[in-house]
Amino acid sequence: MQDLGIRVLFMGNNFIRLLGGLWITIKISLISVVLSIFLGILLGMVMTLKNPITRCITKVYLEFIRIMPQLVLLFLVYFGATKTFGVQLSGQVSAVVVFTLWGTAEMGDLVRGALISIPKHQYESGAALGLENIQIYRYIIIPQTLRRLIPLAINLTTRMIKTTSLIVLIGVVEVLKVAQQIIEANRYTVPDSALWIYGTVFFLYFLACWPISLLATWLEKKWKN
Amino acid sequence: MEKNEKLLEIHHLRKDYGNGPVLKDVSLDVHKGEVLVLIGPSGCGKSTFLRCMNGLESIQSGEILLDGQVISGDKTKWSEVRQKIGMVFQSYELFPHMTVIDNVLLGPLKVQKRNRQEAEEEAKKLLERVGLLDKKDVYPRQLSGGQKQRVAIVRALIMKPEIMLFDEVTAALDPEMVREVLDVMLELAKGGSTMVIVTHEMQFARAVADQVVFLDGGEIVEMDAPEAFFNCPKTKRAQKFLNTFTFESKDE
Amino acid sequence: MSEYAHLYVEAAKLTLGLGAAGILFSLIIGLVCSLVQYYKIPVLKRIVSVYIELSRNTPLLVQLFFLYFGLPKIGIMISSEGCAVIGLSFLGGSYMAEAFRSGLEAIENSQMESGLAIGLSHAQVMRYIIFPQALSISVPALCANVIFLIKETSVFSAVALADLMYVAKDLIGLYYQTDEALLMLVIAYLILLLPISLAAAWLERRLRYAGFGN
Repeated sequence: MQDLGIRVLFMGNNFIRLLGGLWITIKISLISVVLSIFLGILLGMVMTLKNPITRCITKVYLEFIRIMPQLVLLFLVYFGATKTFGVQLSGQVSAVVVFTLWGTAEMGDLVRGALISIPKHQYESGAALGLENIQIYRYIIIPQTLRRLIPLAINLTTRMIKTTSLIVLIGVVEVLKVAQQIIEANRYTVPDSALWIYGTVFFLYFLACWPISLLATWLEKKWKN
Repeated sequence: MEKNEKLLEIHHLRKDYGNGPVLKDVSLDVHKGEVLVLIGPSGCGKSTFLRCMNGLESIQSGEILLDGQVISGDKTKWSEVRQKIGMVFQSYELFPHMTVIDNVLLGPLKVQKRNRQEAEEEAKKLLERVGLLDKKDVYPRQLSGGQKQRVAIVRALIMKPEIMLFDEVTAALDPEMVREVLDVMLELAKGGSTMVIVTHEMQFARAVADQVVFLDGGEIVEMDAPEAFFNCPKTKRAQKFLNTFTFESKDE
Repeated sequence: MSEYAHLYVEAAKLTLGLGAAGILFSLIIGLVCSLVQYYKIPVLKRIVSVYIELSRNTPLLVQLFFLYFGLPKIGIMISSEGCAVIGLSFLGGSYMAEAFRSGLEAIENSQMESGLAIGLSHAQVMRYIIFPQALSISVPALCANVIFLIKETSVFSAVALADLMYVAKDLIGLYYQTDEALLMLVIAYLILLLPISLAAAWLERRLRYAGFGN
């Protein structure tokens, strides 16, 4: 009786619970994205410095974060921090820490790329006017890089939302966990509910990410010219 | 030179991109050993006309014959026809991932299945003729525009085409490089090659052409020997067009 | 430390094997999809773009849950390994398609024409002129996708596969060997991914050096 499975979705407040779970995912993503954008801009600026020490440190940071699966980073922070520093981080806090570390690396590299693509004479003509370094960035460089960066930053948001699905594996109660709970609770009355519930979760993710992807593509095209 | 034999015949060709005709009822014969130069204002359809001749553009009606055979039908094996009709483009279009010699050899080896050694000998001879033998192993990006265009001519020549089409081949070149390319073409013309040339270089047209064909608004307006055409054009439109190339001296 | 090392070796083999299979299928799916888009084949084009949007806007973990826990309810039973490979290919196919497509689109149409003009057939132009150039443009993106997909295999433990994460979690949960388990986990992924990442960077540099561009 396959057509019965979907019934579970509308029993009690199940659908609302799923949405609540999705909200946890999105909330963590948004907090991490906002932090990543601020820290990433700073990191990107630091990465353009000619100083060999900052270059080396940022490079190692970037490469390590990028090469490790995000789930490994989650394990490192969630299990490792507790053991090493004796602080008990909750799953949600660990997630924000990890995704911010990761997002900062990604964003930093994007910012660096955008900054070095600005022709050198833009910096020079700023300097020729007597502007301080900070002022050159503030008034000349950053406004030019923003257009290039905003679509990429929006894209990072969808990647963040998708990656945040991993937090179920360190025990955070989010949309997949709620889905599991609903399926468990109805195991005997509606045995085939898993198909419908997981299918719903699949489309919820799609509905969360797709409009954002479209927005990024649209902005990218619009600002190309 | 026997110039009576018709090599390429175009009868009542019509070309339409869907918003009005680009070419309306154009007919033209190209005889063996003849050099035709197509001129006319931008957008008059001369490049489109040239591209119809080797099937890069489809045509809506009319027919094209090569050596008396219809080549404009649906069943045409264009890859066979195109071996007989060489073409050189405005933007050179060398293949950037291949060296000069590999660019030249692609056609002989892959299309004509010729023996590599023999083809390579000929490629070297042709490259020497255009003064580029020492560049045979470099990539196109290391060449100047004029050099690229000479390689492109060699790439077309090595197929031993019966007729060569040149589509504004000097339009993208710096002025000082135009000459080296035109010289190669002039030499080909003297050697008896059959050529159809689209160009904006009036001096060159005058020097190289057996017949000048003036196109305007998608039709052939006037066709004559170069001296007659440039000295006393018969139609108003041709006169007006030629006037755009001369400046009146300020003293007059 | 060595007493658990063999567990990691076994797990790494599993990860690599499933990863390689998934990447292979991703490349095939990606190539087919990009050709469908390149030639603008009427109905298929629509299907491909729906697939790409679905695949790119949902997480692999959710795709796996659906395959592994959802599908059996309508009688479609797929083994853990099968789910892992199908899921990874479903995800990777769209990424590979985008990489191939951007390469193909970067080649000017006039290259096709000049190939035709010397008498090459359409297939020959694709083979000798379009593909070699498109591929060299796609390589950086393809390499990035390979690394991305291998990293994505880390969620396989969710469908009961004894991969690296699974082993690490076991050691932490059952034996409280947290430090050791995490250290080995990091080392294992470094050994897996660092050579690929370096090779990709080397390949990219070489291609840029050979830099075609007119």
